[in-house]
Amino acid sequence: MKINRRHMLSLSAGAALFSIAGHRSAWADVPAAEKRIMDFAGGKTPASGKITLTAPEIAENGNTVPISVNVESAMTGGDMVDSVIIVADGNPNPEVATFHFTALSGTAVATTRMRLAKTQNVIAVAKMADGSVFMDKKEVKVTIGGCGG
Amino acid sequence: MKRLSVLLLVSVASISGLAVMAYADPVDDTLTIDDREMIIRAKAPKGHPFDEVLSGWLFRESETRATEADSFANPGMLAVERGEELWNTVDGSMGKSCSSCHNDASATMKDVGAHFPKWDAKARKPVNIEMKINDCRTERMGAEPYKFDAEEQVALTTYIKHQSLGTPVQIDLSEGEMQSWWEKGKELYYTRTGQLDFSCASCHEKSMGKFIRADHLSQGQVNGFPTYRFNTAGMVSLHNRFRGCIRDTRAEMPKAFSDELMALEVYVTWRGTGLSVETPAVRQ
Amino acid sequence: MAAQPKPRIKVPKEAKAGEVVSIKTLISHEMESGQRKDKDGKVIPRKIINKFACEFNGTPVFSCDIDPAISANPYFEFSAKLTESGTFKFTWIDDDGAIYTDEQKITVN
Repeated sequence: MKINRRHMLSLSAGAALFSIAGHRSAWADVPAAEKRIMDFAGGKTPASGKITLTAPEIAENGNTVPISVNVESAMTGGDMVDSVIIVADGNPNPEVATFHFTALSGTAVATTRMRLAKTQNVIAVAKMADGSVFMDKKEVKVTIGGCGG
Repeated sequence: MKRLSVLLLVSVASISGLAVMAYADPVDDTLTIDDREMIIRAKAPKGHPFDEVLSGWLFRESETRATEADSFANPGMLAVERGEELWNTVDGSMGKSCSSCHNDASATMKDVGAHFPKWDAKARKPVNIEMKINDCRTERMGAEPYKFDAEEQVALTTYIKHQSLGTPVQIDLSEGEMQSWWEKGKELYYTRTGQLDFSCASCHEKSMGKFIRADHLSQGQVNGFPTYRFNTAGMVSLHNRFRGCIRDTRAEMPKAFSDELMALEVYVTWRGTGLSVETPAVRQ
Repeated sequence: MAAQPKPRIKVPKEAKAGEVVSIKTLISHEMESGQRKDKDGKVIPRKIINKFACEFNGTPVFSCDIDPAISANPYFEFSAKLTESGTFKFTWIDDDGAIYTDEQKITVN
């Protein structure tokens, strides 16, 4: 009785990738997402750790995908998160949102819902008050519904 | 060439869908909305093809389930609030709103939506909430009836149905000719139609629990309608969904609120007897 | 929804000083991405809420620059840590220049 939907998913994802291949030029590609991250990071290479991006492994519908970020920080004095960007490397444009935190935020935690045009990576990058940058990345598989999807 | 391959892939996926589908059990979970536990599994009524009726919520992914469980995060609640606004808005030549006659919906409409469709002796047919609203508008308010799926119709229906949140669905088949409409609805439920030659039962009975492409097929219960869909980021009425399903079989779609779809609503609502009203449910 | 965008806010009525409280906001808005085409093949112009901000007694708490990849009916959940009672002010800015606001009081003890 174990769930065995990977085969179905890979078939659907394959179809999805194929169907947009003809319009490739209109879509963000990995370098566009990388450029956005580099601009935000001020040329630094983001380190791993500190930031956790939570996203579903499989989104039931790409139009509404819940995502959360959580950055470890005391949010006082020098240990502050300035901002977090969310980037999607397979959308028409890589930008998704930029969160700005303050001392009144208490924690650097935020949740929203985003659109994913296809299976792709969602990337969250945090910039700390001291200029250091941290990154987390999750691949989200976007399924194609059978029914009006 | 690429285009052709895409078409081929898609059609292979959809045609062979029923044959290659994997099965997954519905989740073992409970649904509590605003501190009230919803009945999402109920013993099926006598004569039902299943032993147990299951809410579609049990077939969704965890993020979708969580969105319905949190009445704040549920975007369908925007339609409930909009419906409340309309409930209190005067419209038509008689200068009345819904609340002029029905006062506070949380008292007068409580549990009402759980018992529709209902026999209407004057019309000599079953009517649903949307039809009742239009009846009030034309007969008591001197207002234009709402067109099918007008934003106001869907919001007001959602608001009225929401007053029954948690109440088990139970329709009265003993009134008038409800039984014969039930029979007619049952016949439609099992009639294969369209180029794909699917009946309602092809997906929601014989293939329940399997995957049609990436969609986990539920029992096709209607206790959560109107429903918020992630796909359209908006509310979907029951007759919109009926028509959508029929369209997907590549068949001619009957009109909303036609005798055929009303018979189907009677029968399909009965198939969910005992499940809580979940309006506005959240689906993919 | 065809009606005017309408915010929904969820903030606790009370909190202890220094406690981290969760704030949830939702606003009805179609968030037209500028990527879609109408029946005649013409691009439907972009119209989104491009900025959301929350302040407390005039001081910024949290804000978000929003791109078209945020879903319709934008939802934000974030936190606040307060030491005094006061009023949250929430602001959403539309591409067409419209500004939607809402306020909510909280007692901190």
